[in-house]
Amino acid sequence: MAEEKKLKLSNTVLPSESMKVVAESMGIAQIQEETCQLLTDEVSYRIKEIAQDALKFMHMGKRQKLTTSDIDYALKLKNVEPLYGFHAQEFIPFRFASGGGRELYFYEEKEVDLSDIINTPLPRVPLDVCLKAHWLSIEGCQPAIPENPPPAPKEQQKAEATEPLKSAKPGQEEDGPLKGKGQGATPADGKGKEKKAPPLLEGASLRLKPRSIHELSVEQQLYYKEITEACVGSCEAKRAEALQSIATDPGLYQMLPRFSTFISEGVRVNVVQNNLALLIYLMRMVKALMDNPTLYLEKYVHELIPAVMTCIVSRQLCLRPDVDNHWALRDFAARLVAQICKHFSTTTNNIQSRITKTFTKSWVDEKTPWTTRYGSIAGLAELGHDVIKTLILPRLQQEGERIRSVLDGPVLSNIDRIGADHVQSLLLKHCAPVLAKLHPPPDNQDAYRAEFGSLGPLLCSHVVKARAQAALQAQQVNRTTLTITQPRPTLTLSQAPQSGPRTPGLLKVPGSIALPVQTLVSARAAAPPQPSPPPTKFIVMSSSSASSTQQVLSLSTSAPGSGSTTTSPVTTTVPSVQPIVKLVSTASTAPPSTAPSGPGSVQKYIVVSLPPTGDGKGGPPSHPSPVPPSSSSPSPLGGSALCGGKQEAGDSPPAPGTPKANGSQPPGPGSPQPAP
Amino acid sequence: VGSVAVEDQPDVSAVLSAYNQQGDPTMYEEYYSGLKHFIECSLDCHRAELSQLFYPLFVHMYLELVYNQHENEAKSFFEKFHGDQECYYQDDLRVLSSLTKKEHMKGNETMLDFRTSKFVLRISRDSYQLLKRHLQEKQNNQIWNIVQEHLYIDIFDGMPRSKQQIDAMVGSLAGEAKREANKSKVFFGLLKEPEIEVPLDDEDEEGENEEGKPKKKKPKKDSIGSKSKKQDPNAPPQNRIPLPELKDSDKLDKIMNMKETTKRVRLGPDCLPSICFYTFLNAYQGLTAVDVTDDSSLIAGGFADSTVRVWSVTPKKLRTVKQAADLSLIDKESDDVLERIMDEKTASELKILYGHSGPVYGASFSPDRNYLLSSSEDGTVRLWSLQTFTCLVGYKGHNYPVWDTQFSPYGYYFVSGGHDRVARLWATDHYQPLRIFAGHLADVNCTRFHPNSNYVATGSADRTVRLWDVLNGNCVRIFTGHKGPIHSLTFSPNGRFLATGATDGRVLLWDIGHGLMVGELKGHTDTVCSLRFSRDGEILASGSMDNTVRLWDAIKAFEDLETDDFTTATGHINLPENSQELLLGTYMTKSTPVVHLHFTRRNLVLAAGAYSPQ
Repeated sequence: MAEEKKLKLSNTVLPSESMKVVAESMGIAQIQEETCQLLTDEVSYRIKEIAQDALKFMHMGKRQKLTTSDIDYALKLKNVEPLYGFHAQEFIPFRFASGGGRELYFYEEKEVDLSDIINTPLPRVPLDVCLKAHWLSIEGCQPAIPENPPPAPKEQQKAEATEPLKSAKPGQEEDGPLKGKGQGATPADGKGKEKKAPPLLEGASLRLKPRSIHELSVEQQLYYKEITEACVGSCEAKRAEALQSIATDPGLYQMLPRFSTFISEGVRVNVVQNNLALLIYLMRMVKALMDNPTLYLEKYVHELIPAVMTCIVSRQLCLRPDVDNHWALRDFAARLVAQICKHFSTTTNNIQSRITKTFTKSWVDEKTPWTTRYGSIAGLAELGHDVIKTLILPRLQQEGERIRSVLDGPVLSNIDRIGADHVQSLLLKHCAPVLAKLHPPPDNQDAYRAEFGSLGPLLCSHVVKARAQAALQAQQVNRTTLTITQPRPTLTLSQAPQSGPRTPGLLKVPGSIALPVQTLVSARAAAPPQPSPPPTKFIVMSSSSASSTQQVLSLSTSAPGSGSTTTSPVTTTVPSVQPIVKLVSTASTAPPSTAPSGPGSVQKYIVVSLPPTGDGKGGPPSHPSPVPPSSSSPSPLGGSALCGGKQEAGDSPPAPGTPKANGSQPPGPGSPQPAP
Repeated sequence: VGSVAVEDQPDVSAVLSAYNQQGDPTMYEEYYSGLKHFIECSLDCHRAELSQLFYPLFVHMYLELVYNQHENEAKSFFEKFHGDQECYYQDDLRVLSSLTKKEHMKGNETMLDFRTSKFVLRISRDSYQLLKRHLQEKQNNQIWNIVQEHLYIDIFDGMPRSKQQIDAMVGSLAGEAKREANKSKVFFGLLKEPEIEVPLDDEDEEGENEEGKPKKKKPKKDSIGSKSKKQDPNAPPQNRIPLPELKDSDKLDKIMNMKETTKRVRLGPDCLPSICFYTFLNAYQGLTAVDVTDDSSLIAGGFADSTVRVWSVTPKKLRTVKQAADLSLIDKESDDVLERIMDEKTASELKILYGHSGPVYGASFSPDRNYLLSSSEDGTVRLWSLQTFTCLVGYKGHNYPVWDTQFSPYGYYFVSGGHDRVARLWATDHYQPLRIFAGHLADVNCTRFHPNSNYVATGSADRTVRLWDVLNGNCVRIFTGHKGPIHSLTFSPNGRFLATGATDGRVLLWDIGHGLMVGELKGHTDTVCSLRFSRDGEILASGSMDNTVRLWDAIKAFEDLETDDFTTATGHINLPENSQELLLGTYMTKSTPVVHLHFTRRNLVLAAGAYSPQ
């Protein structure tokens, strides 16, 4: 006992200045230092005495917090009149003030206007005390009902998963104020762990790894059935609710193994059957489970990772690979894997390095089909800039050759062509921002070609766009924040390199910018499908409140042959920063049938300047989040439950069967590659 | 006025003046560290025993310095040595640290107690000789004087105790209990069940017999007969304490109880009870006491807003008796007269009792469910009628907050304990207490009747548990070993054992007959507010401020007791470290401290507490 930690006891006393201040407030101007000291000692002692008595009342009142009434009763014990007027239930809002070398805490008493009090409506009557019964335990088992705490708090789940032996160390329960410690322990679990003898000698009586018993109550079984059915069923509203429940419900711990098996088995079966929709639903479940703050998935990662990986790199995920948008699923799953890595990768389980190895291996393999290739690259790219830098950039040249050979060469297979096209855009999308950071401007096409081979020129232009986007973003942010109602100067954009490299990572799109995009995009849906979009295109739009008409300014780009004008009168495109890029890709809902065959377009980027207030198209500039417009076709991934408020809209891939406008365009005759 | 405590202690000035004889104040540190050096260098077997001296010596030397107004010396003495003291004296040291002036000592109850009562130490003869020789050699009169005047050293022959043995027993405000304090005989057995039951039961069975079930009669009668006829050798004489006569309604209740008993679940490590939790919602941190009737039909809650609320948890609503005018109209001969006197219009699930003028810290139903007791901060205990839901009596006697009150298991008597450091025994028809149990050095936090109604146990903030004889008001047991104020007490149903819970989160088990600590249950992380044995004593349930209910294997805890003569004679105990083996289950509530626990007659656990959102 003696070695337990000892509190530092010291005889703290009030500063004697306090006595002076109090004396002054009572009208005693001159008070001797000695008197102050005596008063201080006495007052400190009395205050402590009262505090100790007040603690007694707190204990007897079965509370953890000392209240003002406890002090009152303690004063009453001493036959001192209680302090009137202090009736704060929770805490007393002392204010601090300093000045003239003095520090002061005081109780702020505001002057209250009585007429205000009379005129305010009466507050709601507080609810009366009532009694509610529930089962805390049924024959030794605690039922998982809302009245009981979640069966295992996350810390405990983590402790069990990562340090099964440490979770019940001798003395820990006693010393630590760990509340959840041992609370889920069934009788058998609790036994024999406090022994001081080395555990291994105990033999059979000791369980090395305490296992939670995952027996589900009838209610839980019903819940599980409902949830899983809703998650893979046809009703989108129900699914959204179910996913919401998975992402927020605190009591799912016991069902985790079942969910995990459901997902992994589901993926196994549906990959074979090429059921894209179901795979997407299952991935959304994984996402929801990951988002649940009360769950610790570590124990089930071994089941989840293979399932998610399958959805990234599988050769075929849908019945019509040329039409269905399985790319979106791969992107989404790749982000999931990246999230898993971020959460659970440690030096002991090496999840990230193992995943990286898997991706690299399948990418390097010559015989890997384009779909798997795409998935591997996407998976790697999502792992972060460092991975892109070390693993993707060195292979750009090689990959570029391969893409060129498919795109330029004789048409062997339409599917291959689509795949190569996607891989190319994927590489450009992910590499450009990294290169923009790595390479100092100016961006020279030849230099890029020399370094990256056939992808060089495209990369170069993308990097330029990335920089421009960064710059524009910066400007936009400034403009929105500073002069929101001012007529804006027309924004022009030149292809010339920006004055300095700006890091796009630092930029944030203000929420208000998002809205116009939405409006614009819906307007765009009605616009005629764009004819063979050029590889790069900038459309800069700005508006002035004075005219209240929108000026559209289109800039032709460096790429020859891309002289076509704006696709829609309202889009402004500027090189990329991701959020905006994604908005476009989700938003463009051009049906594949109407999509004209043209050369594989590169990414399209849209940046929209904020319309001035009062602009008919604008709407309130404080629109909350850049949610993609609801498309007519049901999107299994599009629920807001999936991409929470903070998530970029791009997190949700488009609906299966609704291909991206730029992705599904079949390659037209002729060379799509512009020669720089 | 703060001098009330002083009035309680007429010899205060005499006690304090004992400090007048002083040595050189600057030498105190030297004396103390000299002794410290000596003890630390002594043999291992003596060191643990002699280390017990540190704390009382430290306190007395510090108080002497303060009394003789050597403030700076006192301060530096405290700074230098307070870190050496055992951590369970933390609270007292905190009080001590604020005591820096002679004037402070007058009103300080804790320190007055320390002065008036001798601190008790148990030391083996060998260790004591060693100490004595050292002090005499060193001519260390200062310390020797303190040892002589302020300490009571209980010397025993035989092996010195180990550190572990000592740690288990120390921790109270005034040291350990003297050995002879726990020597007197305690009749801990149960009283013989009243004879009335057998004929009543026969009647009951005769009814059954008429229906043609003669077989059942014999075994049932035997089981009951054997139970009631066997006189427990440890039981007190039947009429040691005059008990109220059984009324017809009591007999009916006994029969009900017996019927329920046959349906009782046999509990054990493999058959844990279900726990039904009654949560008080919207209590706004105001729930201060709970009680449940023996038949589990009513729940009473005491609140910080001075109200007592009574709920019916069965479909039977609470009704009051009709007005006198209406009552006179009722035919008193009719069979359902008890039904007729009730006013149907007043039926409700909840009745609120107004009367107290401060938080209600204790509540207790009478065994016949006709009365409810409540004790409050306002210094009174009130008796409420559950027929009219009005206050019948206000018992005044404690002038300070009354922390707890409880009815005797046979009704009529009740006990209360409060801030005035005494427990009082009352009878419902006397407005003055029948007995005053004085002896605790700090607040009496909880009071419980022994199942045979001949004894009362009290738990106190001085970290001791005392057992008092109702007959003569003597203290017959002093149990030390808790390291914090005691907040819960319960007797085992067979009357042999006592379980106590304190703010240190530990539950200690005591053998009343031998006056020994027999077990320690560690696990809770905060104050244990409620303790209860199952009806047959197999399971001990504990509820705590740490928002858990824990179930312990009581049979196992008591089964391998070493009650050999040596242990009994010396009081040296060796506690097994088996809390984890005894813990059968931990059930976490949703931020609801467990204020009360109750086993129904069928061994279902009822727990109660107020939900307090963080």
